[in-house]
Amino acid sequence: MDLSLSTRTVGDRTVVEVGGEIDVYTAPKLREQLIELVNDGSYHLVVDMERVDFLDSTGLGVLVGGLKRVRAHEGSLRLVCNQERILKIFRVTGLTKVFPIHTSVDEAVSATD
Amino acid sequence: MATVELRFSALPEHVRTARLVAAAVARRAGVDEAVLDEVRLAVGEACSRAVGLHASNDIAAPVRVLLIEDEKKFSIEVGDGVPGGAGPAGAHAGGEAEGAAESESEGEDEMGLAVISGLVDDVEVTSDESGGVIRMSWPAASAAIVP
Repeated sequence: MDLSLSTRTVGDRTVVEVGGEIDVYTAPKLREQLIELVNDGSYHLVVDMERVDFLDSTGLGVLVGGLKRVRAHEGSLRLVCNQERILKIFRVTGLTKVFPIHTSVDEAVSATD
Repeated sequence: MATVELRFSALPEHVRTARLVAAAVARRAGVDEAVLDEVRLAVGEACSRAVGLHASNDIAAPVRVLLIEDEKKFSIEVGDGVPGGAGPAGAHAGGEAEGAAESESEGEDEMGLAVISGLVDDVEVTSDESGGVIRMSWPAASAAIVP
């Protein structure tokens, strides 16, 4: 399965819906998407991972890179994920402390720091 | 001899194939269904790391994956052709994910090892003059497997 990406705007947030497998092969596509959004001035991102089937450390690296980019513009990067097998990867790497992880897009979009 | 041996050109697009094959052989070997996600992730991390090492060291040789079914355990060995590449980095990979993550692409290698050591209880990273090997194993109940 390949990676699918779609973006939409909700208020001042940009929601990136990701589907499929994020690995060493597909992660560059996600990286490009995040860079493009930041370059276009979208600094408040919500990455919806509910339809992600697989995530590895390359994918984590891309998300961390995205976080660094939005933070350089005082932005935010929030994740939406309820899948235990994906959440586990964030836990074993300690990244649950780095990313705000929400249970729904609505919750992520309305969240403030 | 390994139950199944896989060699693939060190290209990112083949890592998924390695994951699928490893998961299929693990399932057959009787690895618990709940653990298959970990097997898939760990072998993917090890292969991604090997692919990266081959690319950065300009090595044309394929990445080697051995899938070994024993009576009570299922083992995977992922070998790269980079002498000193795997090294002792695995020993301290555990607590460094956050720091490693900061440097993005350079950090991915360390983060891959952090994921492996966080997921797999029995893991060993070694390296000699021919290259590095990541060995991982999981308990398997090889009885009672109906195709």
